Amino acid sequence: MENMLELLTNANTQWVLLGALILGFASGLIGSFVLLKKQSLIGDAMAHATLPGVCMAYLIFGVKSIPLFLLGAACTGLLATYFIQAIVKHSRIKTDASIGVVLSVFFGLGIVLLTYISKNTTGDKSGLDDFIFGQAAAMVKGDIQVIAVGSLLIILISSLFFKELKISIFDPLFAKGIGLPVGLFNGILMGLVVGIVVVGIQMVGVVLIAALLITPPLAARYWTDQLGHMSFLSGIIGAISGVVGTLISTTGEGLPTGPLIVLCASAIFLISLLLGTRKGLITKVVKQA
Amino acid sequence: MTHALQIQNLAVTYEKQPVLEGVNFNIPEGTLTGIIGPNGAGKSTLIKAILHLIPRLSGDVTVYGKPYKKQRSLIGYVPQRSEVDWDFPTNALDVVLMGRYGHIGWIKRPGKKEVNFAYECLDKVGMKDFAHRQISQLSGGQQQRVFLARALAQDSQIYFMDEPFAGVDAATEKAIMKLLQEWKQQGKTVLVVHHDLQTVRDYFDHCLLLNKTPIECGPTETVFTLNNLEKTYGGAISFLGNGPALVQEG
Repeated sequence: MENMLELLTNANTQWVLLGALILGFASGLIGSFVLLKKQSLIGDAMAHATLPGVCMAYLIFGVKSIPLFLLGAACTGLLATYFIQAIVKHSRIKTDASIGVVLSVFFGLGIVLLTYISKNTTGDKSGLDDFIFGQAAAMVKGDIQVIAVGSLLIILISSLFFKELKISIFDPLFAKGIGLPVGLFNGILMGLVVGIVVVGIQMVGVVLIAALLITPPLAARYWTDQLGHMSFLSGIIGAISGVVGTLISTTGEGLPTGPLIVLCASAIFLISLLLGTRKGLITKVVKQA
Repeated sequence: MTHALQIQNLAVTYEKQPVLEGVNFNIPEGTLTGIIGPNGAGKSTLIKAILHLIPRLSGDVTVYGKPYKKQRSLIGYVPQRSEVDWDFPTNALDVVLMGRYGHIGWIKRPGKKEVNFAYECLDKVGMKDFAHRQISQLSGGQQQRVFLARALAQDSQIYFMDEPFAGVDAATEKAIMKLLQEWKQQGKTVLVVHHDLQTVRDYFDHCLLLNKTPIECGPTETVFTLNNLEKTYGGAISFLGNGPALVQEG
């Protein structure tokens, strides 16, 4: 207990917790749109595909620099998204298979590069492994600032264009009919997903960051039938998961942050699935009785 | 008579196959036009192409004498009910409010005036009591009425409706027709993709017979004939008696 108190008063821990809170909220918020647009798995593939980008940035520039890593991550993440859509457009392969192929190729390449780096390069390469599962404890104030600014920007954009994103997802044909550039808003949403993945991988890791996009809105859907409430609640669930997961992760020696955050979100999902006021399993049985 | 809508040389292809070609027709102001033709004739595609929702190979769309893009605010569109995800977390009122989005402009949220107007529109289609009902909990007919209320909220001059009668109950069908008649009396122009040949004469004063290209377009009395229908449906029509009772075979 004393340990925990000490941890909470530690300035660095406070920064990290703040980062987890904002990141969790932002990803829960836009996760609602992604879920309703049925693009959750594209987000997952994009996240996995950021690993080779991080490794290539290290190989090319030879330094550990978070901004360069995130730039590399954004490049390969976007490239993977482009490939998924190009494969669907120009072949008989359907979206699910296309996502599977692209995800495994990019992630495989990432692991190969990571192994190569750890065996064959000299210099400080510590911390690169942490991109797989995330390591909040290793983060410093500068890293958190990147997360905070990125997440706040994402929250701002999705709040400003809430109405436009909503109609573009619910009824794209009607939206086009009233002259809304639906393609642009699809692009904005995709950009927001790339943004959250890129700023989040250091804390949550490439393997599980997508779960932070998918699980909170799924849980939130069990409590409300209104998109506005759903995306806000989803943000709250994401924020709680981020904070609790990070807290547990920083107390233990080298516990990876991503899995803990995701386990926490999944616990909230499980509770929602059972007790949610909208079609929760137990709630339904009780209502029928 | 003023032409509300003029279509010139419209063509659409899908994967290099022509879906629509040589489409030329005019629609006079204040008419109710039924767009009629067999499955795969390109009826929905025609509406989408006119509204610039899908790419066109060629074609000019003129609305009240000006290009479509300048007149977009005059046009309302009611898509097929099956085109949207009714499990989407939203309620009837919210969907109707979407009809105001084009008027509100970007970023801004609908205000009290807009909300009150949306309630009025729901009331007109007999759905006021369902305003806060989650849309997945509405019946097919009720969902169609919500779409209709949204069209009302758009307050347009020309409406395009894609199979509004598909899968709705008799009461809803009546409610839709009542509204269409009202629109017509207000001088609005309505184009409806329609399947039921039996009701064409009762519902529409104008017809566009379509099978990849317009077969005929004009007042129902003159163009809705057995001869023209056979041309449109490729002979798969049988004629019962002398009335409007036409039955499509197969």
